[in-house]
Amino acid sequence: MSQEALVEIRDLNFTYDSRPVLTGINMTIPRGKVVAVMGISGCGKTTTLRLIGGQLKPTSGEVRVGGQVVHELDASGLYALRRRMGMLFQFGALFTDMSVFDNIAYQMREHTDLPEAMIRDLVLMKLHAVGLRGAHNLMPTELSGGMARRVALARAIALDPMLIMYDEPFAGLDPISLSIVGELIRKLTDALGASSIVVTHDVQESLKIVDYVYFVSAGKIVAEGTAEEMKHSTVPYVHQFIWGEADGPVPFQYPARPYGEELMEGASRRG
Amino acid sequence: MDNGILRALRGLGEKFTGRIWRLGYASRFFLAILLHSGTSLRRIHLTIREIYFTGVLSLIIILVSGLFVGMVLGLQGYDTLQRYGSTEALGVLVSLSLVRELGPVVAALLFASRAGSAITAEIGMMKATEQLSAMEMMAVDPIARVVAPRFWGGVISMPLLAALFSAMGIFGGYLVGVQLIGVDEGSFWSQMQASVDFRQDILNGVIKSFVFGIIVSWVAVFEGYDAEPTAEGVSGATTRTVVTSSLAILAADFVLTAFMFTGT
Repeated sequence: MSQEALVEIRDLNFTYDSRPVLTGINMTIPRGKVVAVMGISGCGKTTTLRLIGGQLKPTSGEVRVGGQVVHELDASGLYALRRRMGMLFQFGALFTDMSVFDNIAYQMREHTDLPEAMIRDLVLMKLHAVGLRGAHNLMPTELSGGMARRVALARAIALDPMLIMYDEPFAGLDPISLSIVGELIRKLTDALGASSIVVTHDVQESLKIVDYVYFVSAGKIVAEGTAEEMKHSTVPYVHQFIWGEADGPVPFQYPARPYGEELMEGASRRG
Repeated sequence: MDNGILRALRGLGEKFTGRIWRLGYASRFFLAILLHSGTSLRRIHLTIREIYFTGVLSLIIILVSGLFVGMVLGLQGYDTLQRYGSTEALGVLVSLSLVRELGPVVAALLFASRAGSAITAEIGMMKATEQLSAMEMMAVDPIARVVAPRFWGGVISMPLLAALFSAMGIFGGYLVGVQLIGVDEGSFWSQMQASVDFRQDILNGVIKSFVFGIIVSWVAVFEGYDAEPTAEGVSGATTRTVVTSSLAILAADFVLTAFMFTGT
């Protein structure tokens, strides 16, 4: 990927309670592209997003967003950077005490001096983009999972961010909602000229919309390339992941003592 | 055996240092609330909303409890005072018990159970559902936007609720003492008026309830913010709020009483 980079991650290491979570991560997210970070649960994908957003500090290495080293920014610098980022959380993370309208207007009211009439128009435009203009009066508890995800997407793009991060945007969605959210991620990225990072383990939907993929396993990047390259990858982990094989480099069995040995021990106890 | 004793000692030491560490963390959190309180004052509607949720919605339990506590004080007080032939001092007994002690303490204990637990559960659930993380990623500080208004809402509500508790209690004492038993109404009110000192009794009671308000609100917001983001974690945090703040209220009450009323 040779385009101008919006996010650059160099030699990133992150350790939690002396347990290495990420080791030697190098990634480049170009402007205007959708990049997926894939891997099984617990491999360090969400931690990568949190390091990009400055919610965690790296043990070593650096994350640059728009040329700024994230962990070197002070609180006001970090908040200024975050105003240019949007994030979609796994289950939406909508504010449950506010209506759909107020959820999307939230950042506009917090960070701008726009008159309420203009905020109203902007909110309705964002909701129209995700197909939910008619739902602006509903409360989050009245939304289906797919609708909540779309509202959260509208909220993530409320201030027209340069970078949008998606944490498991397809988790728990029905096929129709899944396809809608996938299309929206692609369309909104293109329309805003933003960059998108999609952390997911949904292979089918994400490979349809992304420009580039990083595969992470046990905190390390094990493969990278375009969606087509990944589909034909011979890397065993990638092959197992994409074709959903039950056994392979990621074993079916949780590590344990030999089966026979454990059964024999039970037999000898019985007598 | 030696190993067992060593393990037990190590466990005890770890628990002790853990508690000290947590107290330090809670103190830093308290300072952070004070430093980020500007938003609560600038955007006063955030704090007024919390006064409604913690104060106004606690009114029923506070008023009804105050009434019954006052009625019980009327019955018990009359029973004791008649042995000494001084039943006309019933108003003094009821009012001093309430404004000095029972009003601030019982109202604070009820406030911890009703509003403190609700604050902890709300903040804990916001954490569990990533609403606080979402706020951070939107460049909005959750301590300024969520924690500080709830803290100040609680601190402002507490003295008002304690005052209402005492007022209802005195009314309850009046109902039982004067209307039911037949103590002289004039003596009941005039002795109360003559004996209750504004500075010594009422103001000290207000100071107590203000301190209790700080304790309950601090414990409630801290436990919510520090809760493990799971259903079990939020439930545990809610329980800790009620237990910790109740014990802290009773301990602080002893210390404050020792300073305020000893030798008077």
